[in-house]
Amino acid sequence: MRQLTEAPDHIAHHEHPRKGFFTDTSICIGCKACEVACKEWNRNPHDSAFELLESSYDNTGSLGADTWRHVAFVEQSGQQIEQARESGRALVSLGMPGIGPPASRPSSAAPGIVPSDTASSDTTPPDTPEFRWLMSSDVCKHCTNAGCLDVCPTGALFRTEFGTVVVQDDVCNGCGTCVAGCPFGVIERRSDGIVAPKTERDFTPGEQAATRNVGVAQKCTLCYDRMVDDQTPACAQACPTTSIKYGDREEMVATARQRVAELQTQGMSEARLYGANDFDGVGGTGSVFLLLDEPEVYGLPPDPRVPTADLPQMFKRAGIAAAGMLAATAVAFVAGGRR
Amino acid sequence: MTVTEFDSYRPPEPPRKRRRGGKGRRRGAGGADGSREMPMVPEPEFTSYYGRPVVKAPPWENPIAVYFVLGGVAGGSSLLALGAQLADLPELRRNSRISAVAAAGVGAIALVTDLGRPERFLNMLRTIKLTSPMSLGSWILAAFSTGAGVAAVSEVDRMTDCRAPLGPLRKVLRAAEHPAGVVAAVFAAPLAAYTAVLLSDTAVPTWNAAREDLPFVFVSSAALASGGLGIITTSVSQARPARALAVLGAAGDLVATQVMERRMDPVAAEPLHEGGPGQTLRWSRRLVAVGGLGALLGGGNRIVAAASGAALLAGSALTRFGVLHAGLNSAADPRYTIEPQKRRLAARRRAGITHDSITTAG
Ligand code: SF4
Ligand code: SF4
Repeated sequence: MRQLTEAPDHIAHHEHPRKGFFTDTSICIGCKACEVACKEWNRNPHDSAFELLESSYDNTGSLGADTWRHVAFVEQSGQQIEQARESGRALVSLGMPGIGPPASRPSSAAPGIVPSDTASSDTTPPDTPEFRWLMSSDVCKHCTNAGCLDVCPTGALFRTEFGTVVVQDDVCNGCGTCVAGCPFGVIERRSDGIVAPKTERDFTPGEQAATRNVGVAQKCTLCYDRMVDDQTPACAQACPTTSIKYGDREEMVATARQRVAELQTQGMSEARLYGANDFDGVGGTGSVFLLLDEPEVYGLPPDPRVPTADLPQMFKRAGIAAAGMLAATAVAFVAGGRR
Repeated sequence: MTVTEFDSYRPPEPPRKRRRGGKGRRRGAGGADGSREMPMVPEPEFTSYYGRPVVKAPPWENPIAVYFVLGGVAGGSSLLALGAQLADLPELRRNSRISAVAAAGVGAIALVTDLGRPERFLNMLRTIKLTSPMSLGSWILAAFSTGAGVAAVSEVDRMTDCRAPLGPLRKVLRAAEHPAGVVAAVFAAPLAAYTAVLLSDTAVPTWNAAREDLPFVFVSSAALASGGLGIITTSVSQARPARALAVLGAAGDLVATQVMERRMDPVAAEPLHEGGPGQTLRWSRRLVAVGGLGALLGGGNRIVAAASGAALLAGSALTRFGVLHAGLNSAADPRYTIEPQKRRLAARRRAGITHDSITTAG
């Protein structure tokens, strides 16, 4: 698989380490500063006619062409908290990579604290035992094996020198293959742009600025334009709780591991990492998350797999099918050939 | 768990949806009566973020399905044309060559209209990418159209009694037409098959789950459609190979569809049976069966043959529309993404494979 699909270590540039996010949802307060900062910096149009989605405090809905950061709000009852703990404990007892139960790991947390395996311990305020809010700022994963990038026919999507995945607006012809290729439902073709942001540099007051890049696939660039100037991406810069952290990917993964161990030592067995495993279906993600429940609760796929991983097999099957078509034609001419 | 008096105004909490794979709702894997071991990993259950989709459906609409149909017709027709060229059936050769280029031309237009920026369609040929079926397909289509175009131009020139002022070019054209026909035929089967890979090489649950067998459905559909077109356009005496191809294609299509649906993940296969796409696919099967039978038994009669051919073409079209929309529906419902994924993850964990999960404890 890894021969066929593109990955950050295939690229020729090595002067930059791979960059990434670590989104620690345990300290997200759902203020949406990241969403706003992202829209402003990238001058993205707003996504709908200000409709209320009537589900929790989330009226953005999902990531898309115009939304590159999306804050999910999940309201959960005591029973659901218990289920989350249970599934977290199941992960630990499986000995998933990372490795073994938290007590055996060198962590920043005070040594000697044995994780209580019962739900007796309290969670941090403002959560109560009966009720909690999960808030998580979702973003493009900048996958190691990126489905979107692999299937793009024009080469509009490319791997930057920072190991991120970016669309070249002037090359993309809007074929939409990448939309289907992304296992996380991140990238989308920009169609509407009902109202354009009034932030164009040459904006004349009173006039509506035109929406950029209509008909072209759009997604998070990890603020490529800021990175080249050594700036932090807008969302991470704006996040007041440092829930969104930005830096070298290795460092981010290490921070994430430390943090999850810390939480588990505090008895939050529901804490787990998403995307920190380089052996998963997308080869690990550039944006690592710390979640407090199963990924699908946040709208993330539980077992994503880059479709191109199976492409050699698909080509093989298509080859056999094509050969079958040739054979059928030959048979047709033998059977019905002569007048 | 009323916390404040205002909580009584809250809408009732939606239950965590629990749905098991497949139609039959089996109880959890025992344990209560101690007769069976409790599984280490619980059976997957289905939760989603307010029912919102996890993956996005591509912005592909009906023009793409039209392209799939016509690409298949073009491929099959140019194979018929090559066969007729070798077996010396001039009428079938002429008609098939013209059908091939017309189908490829209209199909390419349909493909371009579905782009977000149609004026940039040439960017498709900006690079060759082995990991992108869309890129390979564009090159296949380009090569095919070149071959089929030259062969068809020569046929048209013959039909118009060489009236076009081609001068010495005519000799070149005549010399080139047969090699061009071969070139078209070389790219014909890939043209019919790659569209299946294009669909399967995505995160859209139904298309991806059909990846093993969808190419067989698509090439069969292409064969029956081009055979059907052949028996419409060509007189009975020369159309026998087209008839045979139509019958073979129809049989292959019916078998391949069955096999595909049986081997797919049962949950991911559901959109193929439900709603509009389910209806479309049922009609496509009926039309293919009727058209195939008609071509087999009544192909000697021009009227019956033409009617059968029309049924086959319609059936082939409905197959592509059905598969396209079933996939789009499967992307819109998070269940089709989450449930099969949870199931395969749980199965791997049961088998002791725990190193490849995206969710880790640390
Ligand atoms: S999350 Fe989707 S859009 Fe982002 S890099 Fe991965 S495949 Fe591409
Ligand atoms: S829509 Fe643009 S970026 Fe996406 S696959 Fe097509 S050409 Fe590439």
